[in-house]
Amino acid sequence: MAKASKKTAPSKKAAASKKPAPVKTVAAKPAAPAVAAKPAPVAAMKPGSVAPAAAPMIQMNGIEKTFPGVHALRNASFDLRAGEVHALMGENGAGKSTLMRILTGVMEPNAGEIRFEGQPITLSGPRAAQDLGISIIHQELNLMNHLTTAQNIFIGREPRKGFGVFVDEAKLNADAAALFKHMKIDVDPKQEVGGMTVARQQLVEIAKAISFKSKVLVMDEPTSALNDKEVAHLFDIIAELKAQGVGIVYITHKMDEVKKIADRVTVMRDGQTIDTLPAEGTSMAKIISLMVGRELADVPQITGNGGKEEVLRVEGLNLGKQVRDVSFAVKKGEILGFAGLMGAGRTEVARAIFGADKPESGTIYIHGKEVKIVTPADAVRHGLAYLSEDRKRFGLVTTMSVRDNITISSWQRYTGWNFWMKDGGLNTDARKYVDLLKVKTPSVHQQTRLLSGGNQQKIVIAKWLLRDCDILIFDEPTRGIDVGAKAEIYKLLQGLAEQGKAIIVISSELPEVLRLSHRILVMSEGRITGELDGKTATQESIMTLATQRQGKAA
Amino acid sequence: MTDTALTTQTPRFGGLFTTSALQKAMAFAVLILLLLFFSIFAPNFAAWNNMVNIMQATAVNGVLGVAVTFVIISAGIDLSVGTLMTFTAVMAGLICTNMGMPMGLGIIGAMISGAILGGVSGTVIAKMKIPPFIATLGMMQVSRGLALVLSDTHPIYFNDTPNYGLISSESSISLLIPGLEIPNGVFVMFGVAIIGAIILNRTIMGRYIFALGSNEEAARLSGMNVDRWKIATYALSGLICGVAGLIISSRLNSAQPALGMGYELDAIAATVIGGTSLSGGRGTMMGTIIGAFIMSTLINGLRVMGVHEEWQIVVTGVIIVAAVYVDIVLRKKT
Repeated sequence: MAKASKKTAPSKKAAASKKPAPVKTVAAKPAAPAVAAKPAPVAAMKPGSVAPAAAPMIQMNGIEKTFPGVHALRNASFDLRAGEVHALMGENGAGKSTLMRILTGVMEPNAGEIRFEGQPITLSGPRAAQDLGISIIHQELNLMNHLTTAQNIFIGREPRKGFGVFVDEAKLNADAAALFKHMKIDVDPKQEVGGMTVARQQLVEIAKAISFKSKVLVMDEPTSALNDKEVAHLFDIIAELKAQGVGIVYITHKMDEVKKIADRVTVMRDGQTIDTLPAEGTSMAKIISLMVGRELADVPQITGNGGKEEVLRVEGLNLGKQVRDVSFAVKKGEILGFAGLMGAGRTEVARAIFGADKPESGTIYIHGKEVKIVTPADAVRHGLAYLSEDRKRFGLVTTMSVRDNITISSWQRYTGWNFWMKDGGLNTDARKYVDLLKVKTPSVHQQTRLLSGGNQQKIVIAKWLLRDCDILIFDEPTRGIDVGAKAEIYKLLQGLAEQGKAIIVISSELPEVLRLSHRILVMSEGRITGELDGKTATQESIMTLATQRQGKAA
Repeated sequence: MTDTALTTQTPRFGGLFTTSALQKAMAFAVLILLLLFFSIFAPNFAAWNNMVNIMQATAVNGVLGVAVTFVIISAGIDLSVGTLMTFTAVMAGLICTNMGMPMGLGIIGAMISGAILGGVSGTVIAKMKIPPFIATLGMMQVSRGLALVLSDTHPIYFNDTPNYGLISSESSISLLIPGLEIPNGVFVMFGVAIIGAIILNRTIMGRYIFALGSNEEAARLSGMNVDRWKIATYALSGLICGVAGLIISSRLNSAQPALGMGYELDAIAATVIGGTSLSGGRGTMMGTIIGAFIMSTLINGLRVMGVHEEWQIVVTGVIIVAAVYVDIVLRKKT
């Protein structure tokens, strides 16, 4: 029924409005081939069904997913057998999370087929996936802090009493207690989730997934916030689930974990499934070599050594677990790359320097002088600029015009008596930068939200150029930007360095860091684990430093 | 190529008006329809005297609406505008009557005292990170209490300040054009609205208020001194409440310390009916004034038709929700 309603919905819409938006027709088209393609994979399945013992529980084939300006998944495939732990690996942005969001009904694919126990399925939402027994435990936990563990587990399906009017708290707690006992964990059903450690909250999430009688459990980097003892406990639970025949997809960056628990490893890169290998007998080096080697826009390798004159120096920066004793310096005309895995603390370093977050300790010198940066306004006054990875949230006021976004940091300059706005000057200078950076927009009065990712990024860059900032921190400068626009952004960055700006580039895309940087700092778990020369560094050497773990347990 | 596309643009008001032009047109159409409806179905509604009544009744709510529009566009809320109005009226009374100072000082005193209390709200919100709803709820009580304390709970009359009526109740224009008995308070309201629109669209403060309301974090990371402009926004709101305090006390020829509660909700309703988004970043002064007119026209028309006061309240409630619903539907389409 869900399928039928889905098919009719778009056609109704198309019929209702005479002139459907072009987006709608595009969205409707891929749906048709997807339906038509169904008989074909059945035939393709046949060779597999010769050996029914190994028939996978989940089979995903030809999965396509596009976002505006990004082709996130290209013909991706994945399968999962009952009772196995299947590690899913790849660089940030390789498409792992997108693929798993499709499997768990959070997103719909543009094309492709998902089979569950041999039957093709269409998931109308996360609830539909859950009803089939497919659950996901997100990296950011989705629990309600003020409810108890039992209330969280059975939210939306509480046992009732008194003609269904009241929640049967006693049964609720008893059911949860039974569940915890079954998992061999010691959790109080009546404890509020908000007061628990992340590790224990995670156990509650797992219990919730199990309570749905899950046959498939997706875990997205479950150990990122756990200490060694907690990790060991989690692995025990995973082993127990495995023994019960649950198929587990385990997304991780950590090689040692894969070695310990995974049966098979699938590596993704650029939205494609690169290879699936047995975990045993596959070396870490082999996995890393599959993960790296992304294609890159055609931009020459940076040359020279950058400048000599030191512009920014950071000493002993600390902020919680995410930034630990970080010290470095950037020179005039230099591009300094910051490499590392997601959560390594690179963004936190940038935000702390920029005054967006308050560091616990650390000294910042600009042009040799110690400066005090408490707010972003202070940072900007000292010529620092931060270009966030999340442009729409932190970089742009998207409902305001291109002109206002380019000029926002410099508005004070365009006033009479510090009061009247001189719109003429704003327009002229905004146009100047639109031309200079070749921003594609019908006019400077266009709302910024209507532009593509690449053009939005150019507007953020224009903002800081107009403000005359000479230290630019780019956080994932090409995230969500298509390949052609990427090349333009790279050239822009190299040009800025040649003009004498000091540039820090935080990037999770290794080829990007390698091409752009004179020097590369690699971070892992809040620390700088090494410095590499941009000319001699390789993806492998970066990955080795990026996956280096601290010996001690937290 | 882009250059030619750019030069053909007429950049007078930027993108600020275009997004809400439709809502404003809608609100204006609703006002015209209401006027037509009551003219046909309510005897004597269209009489000039009654029109003057409507305008008179709109003046205070319109000015308070302008005050609260600034705050709402900045993605805040100001619940203290009604009682700040009363507080400033009492201040004017203290200065003019109790201290016997000239009327000019009373006017300035009312506006400055309003700005100071507004600034206090803003400081609490910006520096102590108290949600605007709570901070201004507190200020609502504080200013109400202060008005009662300072006036010793008794009304202060402006009998010693003969020109005080000029602010609102008297009609200077009727001296020029006999018969055109529009009270001065109406002109003050339009004046405040025009100055408000200029501040919103033509000054750096207005630009920052829109930026604050659209994406505060992006504005902060762009180097904007968010705290300072938040405080300034609430102070401006308080200052405009001072003008409302002068209008109402002039009309009543007295500062009534017990008055003021409930005015803030009418002002917020006028703002919302006029197409200003409660989530911030979008709104116009013109819309707010039209919204204030819609509310007073509705109440007046129903009264003239003989609808019980209790039902008038019910209808205004429905209108507020309907206006916001129309806003949501329109926004989805664009």
